Amino acid sequence: MGQGFLAILRRDVLLAFRNRGEIANPVIFFFIVVTLIPLGLTPEASRLAEIAPGILWVMALLASLLSVEGLFLSDYRDGTLEQLVISPQPLYLMVLAKILAHWLISGLPLTLLAPVLGMMLSLPEAGYFPLVLGLLMGTAVLSLVGAIGAALTVALRKGGLLLSLIVMPLYMPVLIFGSSAVQRSVDGFSIEGPMAVMGALLAFSLLISPFATAGALRVSMHG
Amino acid sequence: MSQAAVLSLDAIAFERDDNLLFSGVSVALEAGDILQVEGPNGAGKTTLLRIIATALNPTVGRLIWRGEDALRHRQTYLQNMLFLGHLPGLKQSLSPVENLQWWRRVHPDNTSLESLDVLARMGLRGYEDVPCYTLSAGQQRRAALARLLVTEAPLWVLDEPFTAIDKQGVAELEGLLVQHAERGGIVILSTHQDVGIPHIRRLQLTDMARVA
Repeated sequence: MGQGFLAILRRDVLLAFRNRGEIANPVIFFFIVVTLIPLGLTPEASRLAEIAPGILWVMALLASLLSVEGLFLSDYRDGTLEQLVISPQPLYLMVLAKILAHWLISGLPLTLLAPVLGMMLSLPEAGYFPLVLGLLMGTAVLSLVGAIGAALTVALRKGGLLLSLIVMPLYMPVLIFGSSAVQRSVDGFSIEGPMAVMGALLAFSLLISPFATAGALRVSMHG
Repeated sequence: MSQAAVLSLDAIAFERDDNLLFSGVSVALEAGDILQVEGPNGAGKTTLLRIIATALNPTVGRLIWRGEDALRHRQTYLQNMLFLGHLPGLKQSLSPVENLQWWRRVHPDNTSLESLDVLARMGLRGYEDVPCYTLSAGQQRRAALARLLVTEAPLWVLDEPFTAIDKQGVAELEGLLVQHAERGGIVILSTHQDVGIPHIRRLQLTDMARVA
């Protein structure tokens, strides 16, 4: 049963490695935008520090949204998605493998890059730990939730816009609790509350998303 | 419906956007049958094959595998069925060997044959390790057809398997299909070419489908 999971995980990571340019795209987008903020707004450290938590989180969210559209698209176009749907292996496990691979190649690099960008935005020291911890969980939630939208819109000609509309409201809680955790920590408050909510969001989406995504894929394929 | 039927299509109809593509398609297939689905472009050949592969649900009708509803006992049915769609299902930036290997892990009912040997038998010796996007259309089709050699599924559903393959490849593939049928397998294929297979059964898809 785990064979299909590992096969898909290995394949997707290998594919990402082969098509490095495509995968680097969201990370580079994240990097460029955050670099431009001090140039366009103000280089003044105190004012940047004020907006840093929000900016970092909004950009991470957009970068994730940018990459999630392609989660099933290439598999759909070359017929491998069809082979997965008619495989005797459980589809939700293979879907989970695809989501995990997506997180490894988009969410994880974003999380690792975030402290560097935090420094560029003069994020106060207290903000780094909640930023990284929040992004670690938050980007996983974004991948899990985004997968449902990607699966629903994969067979549509221009699914991108619809995907954003479906997924955006579900991304909101992640953004709100993620950036508020950083802000609270900077202001000297405890981050337990928002982090607990983030953990709950992760647990819930981990439980629901593979099944919802597998179901959505079947609906899309059965057109 | 006879007792010996392994796979039966029972009055299958398909409707898309209020257009009836076909209706009343009924066939009973026994072990050793090769069925060719024929019809003009747009008659619904691919659609019918995708229904048999359970990649698409029929509007009306049932698919019966060894006396059981295939859609209700999907897991068992899928273990016995191999489907090759008109898209080859290959990842372009992976090599034929890598493509075959991940497919074998996802469809784990296969033999212990070495993937490299299988690809060599399909005429891809020397091309095992190059990315698929450098291969010709015919070679890609061969890389996809290599799955026929590693599967133990008795039912093969092949959509236009002869596309882009050279004359010798067509003859080899025909031999493979006949061999599979002789071992008690079932083949359902769609093609526009004249197939040199003896005792082939034909299903004509027109307004009212009927088996010849």
